[in-house]
Amino acid sequence: MVTRDTTHLTGGLTPDAPEPAAPGHGDAPREPYRQGPIRGALAFLRNIWRQLTSMRTALVLLFLLALASLPGALLPQWSLNTSKTAQYIIDHGAWGTLLNRFGFFEVFASPWYAAIYLLLFTSLIGCLLPRTWDFVGQIRMKPVATPRNLARMPHSGSVSTTGSVAEVAERVTGGLRGWRKVVRTENSGVTISAEKGFVREVGNLLFHFSLLGLLVAIAVGKLLGFEGSVIITADDGAQSSFCSSTPSNYDNFRPGLLVDGTDLTPFCVNIDKFAATYTESGQASSFVASIRYQSGADLNTQNRTPMALEVNDPLRIQGQRLYLLGHGYTPEFKITYPDGQVQTGGEPFQPQDSAFTSQGAVKFLDPPGYTGAAVLKHQLAVVGIFAPSASINGGIMTSTFPAPESPGVAIQIYRGDLGMDTGKAQSIFSIDTNQVANGKLVKLNRANLAPGESMSLDDGTKVTFTGYKEWVSLQTSYDPAQGWALVFAITLLIGLMISLTIKRRRVWFRIAAGAGGAGAGEQGSPAPTSTEEALSDPVRTVVDKGTVRVDIGGLARTDQAGYGDEFSKLIRLAEAP
Amino acid sequence: MAVNDQLGDVSYLGFQAALAGYIAALVCFGIQFASARGAAPTAAEAVSMSMRAASKGRTALLDRGQSGGVGQNGAIGQIVKPERRPRRPMGALFGRAALLVTVIGFAAHLFSIVTRGIAAGRAPWGNMYEFTSLICAAAVAGFLFVLLKTKTSSVGFFVMIPVVILMFVGGTKLYTQVETLVPALHSYWLVIHVLAVSLSSGVLMVSGAASVMYLLRARYERKLLAEKEWVREAGPAEAGGFVPQATVADRSRLASLPSLAALDRVAYRTAIVAFPVYTFAVIAGALWAEVAWGRYWGWDPKETCAFVSWVFYAAYLHARATAGWRGTRSAWISVLGFVSVLFNLFVINIVVSGLHSYAGLN
Ligand code: HEM
Repeated sequence: MVTRDTTHLTGGLTPDAPEPAAPGHGDAPREPYRQGPIRGALAFLRNIWRQLTSMRTALVLLFLLALASLPGALLPQWSLNTSKTAQYIIDHGAWGTLLNRFGFFEVFASPWYAAIYLLLFTSLIGCLLPRTWDFVGQIRMKPVATPRNLARMPHSGSVSTTGSVAEVAERVTGGLRGWRKVVRTENSGVTISAEKGFVREVGNLLFHFSLLGLLVAIAVGKLLGFEGSVIITADDGAQSSFCSSTPSNYDNFRPGLLVDGTDLTPFCVNIDKFAATYTESGQASSFVASIRYQSGADLNTQNRTPMALEVNDPLRIQGQRLYLLGHGYTPEFKITYPDGQVQTGGEPFQPQDSAFTSQGAVKFLDPPGYTGAAVLKHQLAVVGIFAPSASINGGIMTSTFPAPESPGVAIQIYRGDLGMDTGKAQSIFSIDTNQVANGKLVKLNRANLAPGESMSLDDGTKVTFTGYKEWVSLQTSYDPAQGWALVFAITLLIGLMISLTIKRRRVWFRIAAGAGGAGAGEQGSPAPTSTEEALSDPVRTVVDKGTVRVDIGGLARTDQAGYGDEFSKLIRLAEAP
Repeated sequence: MAVNDQLGDVSYLGFQAALAGYIAALVCFGIQFASARGAAPTAAEAVSMSMRAASKGRTALLDRGQSGGVGQNGAIGQIVKPERRPRRPMGALFGRAALLVTVIGFAAHLFSIVTRGIAAGRAPWGNMYEFTSLICAAAVAGFLFVLLKTKTSSVGFFVMIPVVILMFVGGTKLYTQVETLVPALHSYWLVIHVLAVSLSSGVLMVSGAASVMYLLRARYERKLLAEKEWVREAGPAEAGGFVPQATVADRSRLASLPSLAALDRVAYRTAIVAFPVYTFAVIAGALWAEVAWGRYWGWDPKETCAFVSWVFYAAYLHARATAGWRGTRSAWISVLGFVSVLFNLFVINIVVSGLHSYAGLN
């Protein structure tokens, strides 16, 4: 589309001032031998800087940012799902390895992604500073002088009316309520320049500065925040307590770059009970964990505050937040050894499907009555499936409903060395199968049990499925800057709305006695200069016979289309009432 | 929460009635659009074209006198083309019918959404069927508003295409009985966030349709110019020049599209209404994520894709203020933005699925 460059008329009103000349034209020296290397380098840098802060570069970088984010949505990401990502890489062979090498599974931590947004924000700063400066200057400046040829403005018209120049000027200035305006005298009459919608620029700057603020707030959160998660079995007894005093109390602790975990603000919680309700179709309808917590001065006392922790409603303690994120079942077993000694134990099992068929392992590491190496021959592991509503199909136990209506376990017993002292970290949900492979852990018999039922091992040991408890997974989050992120998000939105709804626009009136006085005389109907203008605002040329001639020109920044109606009203200001 | 299945069925009837209305509207708009082929260009279009020509440093060739002149100069034996045919009355008739069925369909649609809400005892945008329905309603409302303001009824055809497709998929593949919500969705943020996402996506659908039309129209005008140039260079017919039997304007249905300026305006105006709402929706989503998942932003696939769409629209608004990027290029960016919004709503939900959970679709 044709758009006439009106920059020269607007004193910098149009955002995209002409692009800087390519190196070798304006800035580069004509006579290189006169120019020292330092000046040359400076000129070069200045050119780069200008390129970087141009609208076009910002646009290209925005575009790149969008494209570069896409793999983050389309490929599995390490930070979201480790096992899925690992599987994806294995499934895709050399491609998977290559993509992994280049950070495609960790897009938002990859150097190329950082390069794009850092360049973008450098460009943003480089663009905002001069614009802010200009803006401050413009506030102090009077509206720009009336251009000589108003008929060439995107919106224009002229009116002949009766009365004196002063009267018409009076009428027009009176009508321009809410506009910044200035009246200047010319040799043949007066001109009025007026502008409105300065707030648009305020909104635009507010929006872009908020983007910067938001980025800083996100960065601070990443540096100083942390997340820790832990699984706890709900139990009225003391077993269910958790204290956030050190990272090692968490099952998984993800610190920010500047967090070493030595000065966590501690709080303690007891999980007394967990309750879920389900609809008939097995869809969950509520989750509630009854907890008691203590923090601050209460920590040294027995005072605990009871509360119900629910999904979508975290507990907020001293800047930290405690979330209820998941739940599951903890089956419990009793081992009766041949000599009559008894041990009990239970572990959280991991849900595998929406009916909570769960998988896990309970490990008994200290068989009573054994010492030294004999211990490692008699450790026991109960490995298998827990189903809250058990149903057996083809020998395989699955759950048909998430609530515990007819719980059952399908378990396999192992005896021997569980390998806990090999130094390798073990999952709480499984045993180390290497120990089985190398013969240190022996597979014994298996059974399906309902609560209260038991099975016997070859040496007379009895394994009883005594029942189950429920576990919850909790997460502590800490982000000292998230309040700021919210503040900047709000100012961003306000700035955006201001900037998109308010139009910045100018109008000029040249009022002169007689028909030919203003130098804008017999122009005829000027050619429209761009498609939008031509359609939205067919140029008005209203010339009556009279004694005062008023030429009117209008210019709106960016979206010209919206100015037409208002401009017609402005023209009417000049007409006799 | 009580669930009322009977009322749910009534609501679904309303949905089907709305879909039927929209399909009828699509057909009528289509006939109206097709029958307007070769319509005389409006004065505005003539200006638009002459200015395109002028911008290429050539004289304006495309005013109406000239286009008629081709026929009048026709040599003996040449089939003389009359000046472009006037708009046929049939078109206008179908245009009115299209509007009527759209409005009836829309009324049924609103009825369906309200009764679904009553049946479920909650805001009726808790699963994919429900918010597909809401998005389409927002798109139709947006279109009706644009029609009221600008009288560009051909937008209807291009808005109804995605609306009908989405409604059809929503009513068949995604349909679920009225259900209560999973605990993850028990939050007033659901009401705010999903409502804002759906409304803005619907309006962005209108914007996207206008941008697609802009691109079609721009292509058409390029062809038109090329043809005129070609005819001019070939010289007048009696001097051995070639006179095309039917001009591009006669052959192409695109001749009846509104002018580039009008389309650009529709796309831009709808985008600047929808963009702040979309921005708000993303912020509300972050607030919800803060109470639900322990962090306000975690690059979950859905969050990432929302971010991508947001950046595309930011780029679109930038492009419209950047020399050399106005017009066709910014229209392309707007289309990309809209594609990513749809991609996020459907492909990400169904194929990729991260933390975002919706009742009735796992
Ligand atoms: C960090 C990424 C950026 C984003 C997300 C962004 C987004 C936006 C949006 C949404 C608008 C339209 C709303 C408005 O007019 O206020 C806009 C306008 C604008 N942006 Fe940016 N922007 C970014 C960076 C930049 C940069 C680097 C520059 C300078 C080179 C810049 C200069 C402008 C200007 C001059 C306008 C006003 C255009 C007009 O008058 O319509 N922006 N930006």
